[in-house]
Amino acid sequence: MLNRTLSRYRKKIKNTILNIIFSPIRAFRRNYKQAKSAIKLFVFHPVDALRMYQGQLKSAARGLIFHAIVLAFGLVMIYPLIWMLASSFKGPSEIWTRTTSLIPNELSLDNYRSGWKGFAGISFSTYFKNSLWVSGVSTVASVFSSAIVAYGFARIRFTGKKFWFAVMLSTMMLPAQVQLIPQYIMFSKLHWINSYNPLIIPRFFGMPFFIFMMVQFIRGIPIELDEAAEIDGCSRGGIFFRIILPLIKPALGTSAIFAFYWSWDDFLTPLIYLNDPRKYTVAVALRNFADPSSVTNWGAVFAMGILALVPVFLLFILFQRYMVEGISTTGLKG
Amino acid sequence: MTSVLQKDVSKVGLDKRTVAQKGKKHWRHNNLMGYLFISPWLIGFLGLTLIPIATSLALSFTHYDILSGHVEWTGLENFKRMFYDDPRYWRAVRATFKFAFISVPLKLLFALLVADLLYNARRFVGVYRAIYYAPSIVGGSVAVAVMWRQIFSGRGLVNDLMLEVGLERKLWLGDIKYAIWTLILMAVWQFGSPMLIFLAGLKQIPNEYYEAASIDGAGAISKFTRITLPLLTPVIFFNLVMQLIFSFMTFTQAYVVSGGTGKPLDTTLFYSLYVYIRSFGVGANMGYGSAMAWVMLVVIAAFTGVIFLSSRFWVFYDTTEN
Repeated sequence: MLNRTLSRYRKKIKNTILNIIFSPIRAFRRNYKQAKSAIKLFVFHPVDALRMYQGQLKSAARGLIFHAIVLAFGLVMIYPLIWMLASSFKGPSEIWTRTTSLIPNELSLDNYRSGWKGFAGISFSTYFKNSLWVSGVSTVASVFSSAIVAYGFARIRFTGKKFWFAVMLSTMMLPAQVQLIPQYIMFSKLHWINSYNPLIIPRFFGMPFFIFMMVQFIRGIPIELDEAAEIDGCSRGGIFFRIILPLIKPALGTSAIFAFYWSWDDFLTPLIYLNDPRKYTVAVALRNFADPSSVTNWGAVFAMGILALVPVFLLFILFQRYMVEGISTTGLKG
Repeated sequence: MTSVLQKDVSKVGLDKRTVAQKGKKHWRHNNLMGYLFISPWLIGFLGLTLIPIATSLALSFTHYDILSGHVEWTGLENFKRMFYDDPRYWRAVRATFKFAFISVPLKLLFALLVADLLYNARRFVGVYRAIYYAPSIVGGSVAVAVMWRQIFSGRGLVNDLMLEVGLERKLWLGDIKYAIWTLILMAVWQFGSPMLIFLAGLKQIPNEYYEAASIDGAGAISKFTRITLPLLTPVIFFNLVMQLIFSFMTFTQAYVVSGGTGKPLDTTLFYSLYVYIRSFGVGANMGYGSAMAWVMLVVIAAFTGVIFLSSRFWVFYDTTEN
């Protein structure tokens, strides 16, 4: 079985590679005659040639200018990020003397080595472990609970459904600050301060953005599938697990990406609830690491900053399509 | 023949009744199942949103010290102090409004222009989209906020670039004139997500409109102002509401860049930062923090309401579609 799929993919890969290699050659061959006559024309009758190809030349020039502008502006946009990446590899002397340069004289890993040691005897491996644990559990919890709620809203007719759905949508616009203080009091009464519970437990109750997106998605699945399963004796739970969940995988994926990303980037919640430096997440640790009153080693701060951005960037590069789709269809904040 | 027909009719009648019975039972069953399925959210909504918000309202009329657990009913004292005796509060309001009212329009403007630009690009759209969206994907993180602080610090990147061009160094973060502009610039820099929403909106506009306009001799600018803009107003409306709310709630950037104090002279003391300082800082009074948070809720609701009401006059819904 494995062998067969492997061989199939091998064939596919081989074909793709062959295509990439040979398609320019093929294209060249096809256009060879045309190109030859065009070149001839340009060499021997330049004025006529210019007149003949005026339109094409104009649009080519316009395209070139367009792409140059878009690219230049884009480079300005990501310049700070590239600069940060470059600075993280600069040696201790270079980081102050050649601030503006984008290419380090020598690739030095000193910043990463010294940064990883962290502060107060706690290395960044602790913070990364903490963050991965918190974000991992939060992601699974919020995606799964949101899917359950979304199924209820999308497929079951019950009294008050429209009302609750509207309420849910309106909570998306609620400023978190209003709930923050009472939640803090509640969690401190439960002795959850300095634990990950306040960061994780609320994620078990579904998140409106994800619920909204999944509801849209489930509505696109033909209801006949549910009915057929019901006739075959499938229960509500069975329909949810065996039919809906597998079919909304793209929506689950998009939600998972955003859930992880928000949890990873969250700063206010861990700032409020975690006091023990050993329990800090990467975000809080990084901010303490870069404390204006104590920081001297900017290179190490940049290095750890880059490492903190790696998971986010990986998600973005691997699942760009899902993210773009998620933002475009629901207006999720990026 | 007739008997068969009659049989059929009677069968249908029977079926109808059972279906009705089944339906009623089914309906009740659905009620139970419906609430069972949405119960995670419903419980969370009651326990983590509704009750906290109500508690927050009650707390706003008290003096509440979390360390000693001492609660005292003070009536409207918090609001009085906030509005009349707390100059820092008004500086926070000013900083937040300035930030929101400058950064949001600029952000949307850039988002719209770049989206229109990318929409017209035939090649490399994916690459460009990724480049322009990259700042937004990392922008909310502490790492980038820390970087921003370094870029605008005394010996940071911007000052060094200024030196190379032949200008003088400036204390960007220490100057009351410039500090907030570094944060506004950072917010505008992250125009990626409204841009993606605009791009999706642009794709919805039927090409025939542009073709018809071309035949009538419309230029690029009049096409943009007469077709693109009106048809995008629903998307602009959505982006405006969301971005305004987000900008009112900005916390991480202000906290990290200003070192958690809103310096210099409270010019970067954003509202949520001040709520945080008053609720969790030294000598915290959670009653006062709650009162501030509630005013924020009301103000945000008011702004959203005004935008919603005004939308009748400027949001255009294309009724020819569908």
